[in-house]
Amino acid sequence: MWDHEIRAMASTHAIIAASVFMATVLPAVTIRGFSVYGTHLLWLYSVSGTVTAVSVAVFWLLGISPPTKKHTLGYKLSRLFRSCVYFFLSCLFFHTVVVLYGAPLIESALETFSLAVLLTSLTTLRCLCVLGPNVQAWIRVFSRHGAMSVWDTCLQITVACTVVGAWVGAFPIPLDWDRPWQVWPVSCSLGAMIGFLTGLVAAPAWIHYHRKQLTYKCK
Amino acid sequence: ALLLLFCSLRMKGLPVLSLLLGLCFFYFVGIYLFVGGFLLVRLEVNRTSSCGDVLQPGEEPVDFCRVQPRFRRAVLLIIDALKIDFARFDPNNTAPRPYENKLPVLEETASSRPSHSRLYPFRADPPTTTMQRIKGFTTGSLPTFVDVGNNFASSAILEDNLIHQFGQVGKRVVFMGDDTWESLFPKKFYRSLPFPSFNVKDLHTVDNGILQHLYTTMTSGDWDVLVAHFLGVDHCGHRFGPDHPAMADKLTQMNGVIRSVIDRLQNDTLLVVMGDHGMTDNGDHGGESQKETDAAIFLYSPAPLFAGPPSQNELDVVPQTDLVPTLALLLGVPIPYSSVGQVLLPLFPPHGQKEGTVEGLSQLEALWINAKQVNRFLETYSGMAKDIPPESLSRLKEEFNRLSSEYLTTVRFGRSPSPELAASLQAYLTSVRDTCRATWARFNPVKMAAGLAILAFACVLCFILSEFSIDLLRETGPGLKVPVIMALTAGGCVAVGQLLTQGYIEVAWSLAAVALTSQLLFLWTASRCRTTAVAKNGTKTQKWARCLTARYLLIPPVVIPLLRCASLLSDSYVIAEGRVVTFLMFSLALYIPIHLNWDGLLLPPIHDPLKSAGLLPSPGLSPSTVRKESSTLLACIGLLVGSLYLSLSFHGCREEQGFCQPSPFLSPLSRLQDSQLKNLHYVLSIFSLGLWTYLLRRCLRHYGNLNSSGGTVFTARWILPLLSMCLGLHWAVSATPEDSFRNLAELISLAQLALPRAAFCLLGLGLVLIWLDPLTVFVKTRAATSTRGSSLSPPRYRASTGISPQAELHHLIPQIYQRMRRSLNDGEMSRVSEVDSRPAVEAYGLGTVYSAPLLLFCGLLGIGLLLLHPEGMALSFLLLLLEMGALLHIQASSTTLSGGFYVPWTPIVMWSFAATQFFHATGHLPTFPSIQWGAAFVGFPDGHTGTILPASLVTLNTFASHILFAVSCPLLLFWPLVCEVRGSRGGRACGEEGEDAVMEMRLRENPKQFSSALLQLSTRYLFIHGAQVFASVCAAAILRRHLMVWKVFAPKLMFEASGFLVSSLSLLIGVTLVLRVDIAVGHWFKRIIPDTSR
Repeated sequence: MWDHEIRAMASTHAIIAASVFMATVLPAVTIRGFSVYGTHLLWLYSVSGTVTAVSVAVFWLLGISPPTKKHTLGYKLSRLFRSCVYFFLSCLFFHTVVVLYGAPLIESALETFSLAVLLTSLTTLRCLCVLGPNVQAWIRVFSRHGAMSVWDTCLQITVACTVVGAWVGAFPIPLDWDRPWQVWPVSCSLGAMIGFLTGLVAAPAWIHYHRKQLTYKCK
Repeated sequence: ALLLLFCSLRMKGLPVLSLLLGLCFFYFVGIYLFVGGFLLVRLEVNRTSSCGDVLQPGEEPVDFCRVQPRFRRAVLLIIDALKIDFARFDPNNTAPRPYENKLPVLEETASSRPSHSRLYPFRADPPTTTMQRIKGFTTGSLPTFVDVGNNFASSAILEDNLIHQFGQVGKRVVFMGDDTWESLFPKKFYRSLPFPSFNVKDLHTVDNGILQHLYTTMTSGDWDVLVAHFLGVDHCGHRFGPDHPAMADKLTQMNGVIRSVIDRLQNDTLLVVMGDHGMTDNGDHGGESQKETDAAIFLYSPAPLFAGPPSQNELDVVPQTDLVPTLALLLGVPIPYSSVGQVLLPLFPPHGQKEGTVEGLSQLEALWINAKQVNRFLETYSGMAKDIPPESLSRLKEEFNRLSSEYLTTVRFGRSPSPELAASLQAYLTSVRDTCRATWARFNPVKMAAGLAILAFACVLCFILSEFSIDLLRETGPGLKVPVIMALTAGGCVAVGQLLTQGYIEVAWSLAAVALTSQLLFLWTASRCRTTAVAKNGTKTQKWARCLTARYLLIPPVVIPLLRCASLLSDSYVIAEGRVVTFLMFSLALYIPIHLNWDGLLLPPIHDPLKSAGLLPSPGLSPSTVRKESSTLLACIGLLVGSLYLSLSFHGCREEQGFCQPSPFLSPLSRLQDSQLKNLHYVLSIFSLGLWTYLLRRCLRHYGNLNSSGGTVFTARWILPLLSMCLGLHWAVSATPEDSFRNLAELISLAQLALPRAAFCLLGLGLVLIWLDPLTVFVKTRAATSTRGSSLSPPRYRASTGISPQAELHHLIPQIYQRMRRSLNDGEMSRVSEVDSRPAVEAYGLGTVYSAPLLLFCGLLGIGLLLLHPEGMALSFLLLLLEMGALLHIQASSTTLSGGFYVPWTPIVMWSFAATQFFHATGHLPTFPSIQWGAAFVGFPDGHTGTILPASLVTLNTFASHILFAVSCPLLLFWPLVCEVRGSRGGRACGEEGEDAVMEMRLRENPKQFSSALLQLSTRYLFIHGAQVFASVCAAAILRRHLMVWKVFAPKLMFEASGFLVSSLSLLIGVTLVLRVDIAVGHWFKRIIPDTSR
């Protein structure tokens, strides 16, 4: 039914996944002493920066963001500004949630905030790209009958996978194995990343297998 | 007719209670059986042997200790986890593993000087953990996990032991090594050099510390008994396992140590090198496999030790207990009182060879002394406890009497003893030890398995009951009796069978039979009920199938309890339990709005043509209501999350958590030095206490429950504030420094005694009053209303003049309720038609008739429990109350948004997790050292005479949060009804309004639904706690060989089981209180009817 869209989605996801891969491998080749555990913050920044840039570029090229009512430059700028503000607010929101979940409040605030940035670039940024800076629409999308296009369903799946991945990533922290990846926030960010990649694969596959059952209201 | 129905409809209280009691009974029996098989209990005999005890027969009384002993000094080298495989040397082994052939010195010495040394396997008794083993080879007894009589607060050995005996005869005992000894024998050593043993990863600190002092001490000569406990081998096993090069290094080091010690020995010295236990192939220990129990013992002396070279009939294994009498007799001290060991005969010369170079006791004398001591211990022990089977006791006694008379005649007539006598004395000692071991030192796997099975069935039953309570409650009338009778018969049969075959009854097995039979019968009845229910209406067949699909099982309210249960199987998670539970609670709290949003219930529906066309179920609530409820929900979730986060700062610390700082609020005020800080803490505590009281009263007043003059209202009005005042004064008094008001010292001590006792009395009085008169309904005839003045508008009725008065009363209640609210709130309400020609009845607080006494009960109980805690915990208790309120309001709002009468899993799961969470947030931990013993002395500063009162005070203190949450559990059912009126006030049609504001009277209208909902709620709550108990029982059963079993899992099991016990009892109290209120409401209606129908 939406073969074309599914194919577009799969290729988009392939590009994003490849960019994540490159963001991990390239610094490892170019920067001395780079490793995912050892210089974790660097990896975090590299990955979140790449994902942000690539997602924005790909979704802008695809042009699935909601149609804007006005085409004036000022309106576009204000939209851009609002998006940036939402991005920052979402970072703060994730930071708060992670601290409430039990992350140290003061000691490793930078690490926690970096994790929040990563989570934001994996989830909120996608919402921004697909739905625009419109919180009402975001809330609407995450309900059973809220998805209005294939991209909305895809958004549901990837965001859920990322968040669950980060949640599951917190499990190994209390264990007494003394592994380098048990250090805060390595396991959580790895979990979020793995969840995100799983979501990238799962979303097109799930939509493909359920394409008969999916019905969307027209926008 | 309607009213008659209304009054005659009583909820089925008895079946609910009996079903709950049955469930609790199953759980208790399961726990009892498992714990009986897992935790072996032994009474400690607090008597000590003295030199006068050991008198030789037929000689003039000589002080045993004055006689020249065979050895003057002894060196005990204890190498922790020295397995027998490590000690053996096989010259033919060309490619030894890292742990093989690393101790050649033992073999060399044994072969070059066979009469001076010998190597034996040394068999430990389970539990093979270091502390229990040290107890074992110093007392000669078989220590169990719980040695009753031992005070939990300190781990010092109170039983008679070798170290004590050495001290008694004036031997200088020098100790160095594992600091466990220092805690077991505080101040018993002449000189002590303990080193920290806690860090398992540290292989060298203890060993190097010993080696720094060992040789200098030996040469200095300032000692008689030298004990050196090396930990390196054990730690190496835990860290790397035996098959690792580090083990080879460690064993080689030990080889060098033994060699140099042998070189420094003098003729009057005995060297014992031994391991306290073995290890598995992974390097762990604690269990009962042969790899863990078989350690090595190596005996050596520069003077000839053995009568000859090893003979064929040499003993092949030395039990660990045998070291105690042997060492005692060789060094010339009395055998410790409760030793059950047997002397090692090869170390003593045979009878008749005494006149050689060797001094000391002959084999037969040693055996006789040994047998006499063991017999004395058995007599004392059997007088104290009944756990040794009586018939084996009498058999042993007969045997001893026979042997003793034979021995005495032999000695008296100077005959040379027959070799059979020695052999039968040995046989006697062996059979004593075997009897004791069978009683104390073995897990009972059959009992454990039976306990597990009963617990598993209980969980299944609980789940079935909670899911199908409606169907099942209908059938339980006659269906209950048959299983109970059958089960009792089965239990009786087992008891009779035991009586016939064994001659005595073991209660545990009869109970197990009762529980298992009735469980199976219940299950069978349940399945039959289901099939009949299915036969009646075929729609329910999908229910079973629906329960098992992945989609049903993967929802968070199922996954999170599963995760919680799984977390009990890992020691790291048990150590971090407080945080784990908070994490899971937080996840569930976030799940609620997300789930509601997913169902599209959180936001008011957007009006679009599709919805009105009927594609979506049209919501029954107006947008403004939805918005209001959603914002309440979100605000409450914010409150919940905030109190969850704040509660983390009240946690205590386990010793395993290295960098943890216990909460500053945990120490009592009197210990704070800084007076400003003290004042701040005091003000904070008083503030939270005041807020607690105020919130409770505010809530009751808001719903109109403070108007009548019954017992409950009296409690709320007077006892509650008085109680909190008592508590505040008590804190002030107990916080005053002792030396500041010298002239008031008497008054202060009097107040310390009187204030808490007064609080206890007030608490008891309040609870009894609530129980006796739980109604908080204020009835007022209309005549009274009119006299009060015209400010109150006349009562309103529904337009129902034509109906019988009974029916009118039925409708009146909601109207009364609304009126009461209006008069309190002064809010405007749409006016319905007013009829004011008839006398009427007004009932204030009828809408919260069930929840008000329960709430007050919990509030009083909370203040009473706070009395037993340190003052700083008042903040934590306030958080508890806020969290309870938040949870209740969340439940109410989500019920309003999504509809439904029964309480779903999510709030119940959170409710029961909150119990565990506040267990930690009130500074408790599932370890024995962290029990707050101070609670036993609140109101009893001079101590107690009995044990029941302090034990129950400590229990109340430890499980305070379990008690509060379990008692208040039925509130989860009531609260949506209490909050109902807010939702209906929106844009409803006027005619529906009265019907909607029934509040808790709705429960009286559908008593069947009420009882099944109550049953479902309590079984679900029981199920979640029961599943946690089951998980910790499984953890203890599966991981019984784990390194941490006695440190983490067994205490966790004890706490979880006792927590369950307390929770279930409190839950029963809560449910019974609800039923009591129900009966009272029934009486109240009966009293009302004649008034109105007249």
